[in-house]
Amino acid sequence: MEDMIKSLDVARIRQDFPALNERVNGRPLVFLDSAASSQKPVQMLAALEQAYRTSYANVHRGVYYNSERTTDLYDQARGKIARFIGAPAPENVVFVRNATEALNLVAYSYGRHFLRAGDEILLTELEHHANFVPWLVLARERGVRLKFIPLTPQGTLDLSKLDELLTPRVKLVTFAHVSNVLGTITDPKPIIDRAHAIGAKVIVDGCQAAPHMPVDVGALDCDFYALSGHKMLGPTGIGVLYGKAEVLDAMPPFMTGGDMISNVSFDSVSWNDAPVKFEAGTPAFVEAIGLGAAVDYLAALGMDAVRAHEREVVAYALDRLSEVPGATVIGPTDPDIRGGAVAFTIKDIHPHDLGTLLDREGVAIRAGHHCAQPLHTRLGLTATARASFYIYTELREVDALIEAIYKAKQVLRK
Amino acid sequence: MEDLYRENLLDHYENPRHHGTLEHADFSHEESNPLCGDRIRVDVKLSEDGSQIVDIAFSGDGCIISQASASMLMEEVDGKPISDVQKLERQDILDLVGAPLTTARVKCALLGLKVLKAGLYQYLVDHQD
Ligand SMILES: Cc1ncc(COP(=O)(O)O)c(C=O)c1O
Repeated sequence: MEDMIKSLDVARIRQDFPALNERVNGRPLVFLDSAASSQKPVQMLAALEQAYRTSYANVHRGVYYNSERTTDLYDQARGKIARFIGAPAPENVVFVRNATEALNLVAYSYGRHFLRAGDEILLTELEHHANFVPWLVLARERGVRLKFIPLTPQGTLDLSKLDELLTPRVKLVTFAHVSNVLGTITDPKPIIDRAHAIGAKVIVDGCQAAPHMPVDVGALDCDFYALSGHKMLGPTGIGVLYGKAEVLDAMPPFMTGGDMISNVSFDSVSWNDAPVKFEAGTPAFVEAIGLGAAVDYLAALGMDAVRAHEREVVAYALDRLSEVPGATVIGPTDPDIRGGAVAFTIKDIHPHDLGTLLDREGVAIRAGHHCAQPLHTRLGLTATARASFYIYTELREVDALIEAIYKAKQVLRK
Repeated sequence: MEDLYRENLLDHYENPRHHGTLEHADFSHEESNPLCGDRIRVDVKLSEDGSQIVDIAFSGDGCIISQASASMLMEEVDGKPISDVQKLERQDILDLVGAPLTTARVKCALLGLKVLKAGLYQYLVDHQD
């Protein structure tokens, strides 16, 4: 099986991920929940340890060696991430805690400053709560209306009515580059161009895309792009909001305090320039340095190879699941338009029971609504099971998943 | 973990006891666990003086743990004084289930008791003299 995958040397890669060698319930771990959070390579862990162990000091504060050195490393990490996603300059990269914070930053800072009652935000039916609830709250608070791009029966965005939806009142358009439930890859470019044609700004939720495929925010021409570091080999507590320079410059700060100011007197204050304007207080600079090491790792593999590998694993998983009686895959069946997550149901078995039974076999999957309750309601489901893959996933792990599903069916007499 | 989905639990799931609704219930209550979509409704008929459960039924849908533990709970409390129900605790339900549960699944197992207790509490508040 393994030799079918020519794109990545998975056996070699797995040596960098100590957590993959663990045993669970007496069985080798089969980790199929990377869409929730990825495992970490030793190279990234070493970068974190190095930053804490040697010449550690706060950034942007001291004129002494340690502080300047740490500040340099922090700035270098910003540059690495800018290059990784195709941002024109490091200054386009705002460090935040995670994609949720990135999207809230846009909703609070951009949304509350620029949107008025009667304006509209265009979302889609497949959004993660992180790219839905902030807009719902904004809509309620400001009398802004939310509209949704519907889904086709295949689980792709139905763009046939896009021109009708893009009325002059639409000020913001936001959608997931890759769905964390349906797996659907949406080509952002046509939506971005059409939204720009009516003067709307566009936010792309890249949480499930940036870890898995080449992303070029410059070429996409989106106004914002959000991602979480922990889903792409990085540590927790660090994420990125990419923003176009002129848009970031026009926005007021989100939080205020130290670092983000340029001048403060007893009765006035002026803001620092972006991105620091949006990074109030001591940032998670060690985690940013860790994320820099993570994108170094991914860049060395090559994101085209990463994508090719995952496409292969997904194609194999779709194939194997189609053999299982009672299994239904949610979302598109064409691996060319699917990211690394495959949600499915097994007839007459609740996903949570399936998750528990799979865990007994050492197979870790996600079960639930995956923070996309409106989407599940739309699909007429309360919960699904989801297997998700990454650079270290082997085809034999898909086999282990299928075997464990058969075993669960046997135990539950289904 | 090995015997979580053992015969007894599967039997309660496939042949739930006291399953359905009651026409003249003294109180009914329903809640769901948004995380997994487990949903349970409990209908309770009390004795004249309101001190004892004389009939009880549950309905709903969800995972095996939530539905089977609700069925077990029905058997446990049917005919009992409400003071017994008030004393029931998390551990009593876990004992009924009889196999170790991971943290996430404990919520599933406790849903039935949560619904019963919340319904009873509301009933008692509404019927204070
Ligand atoms: C598509 C999508 N958007 C947003 C998020 C939120 O990410 P985080 O929880 O790291 O903020 C996730 C993570 O589950 C996701 O899959």
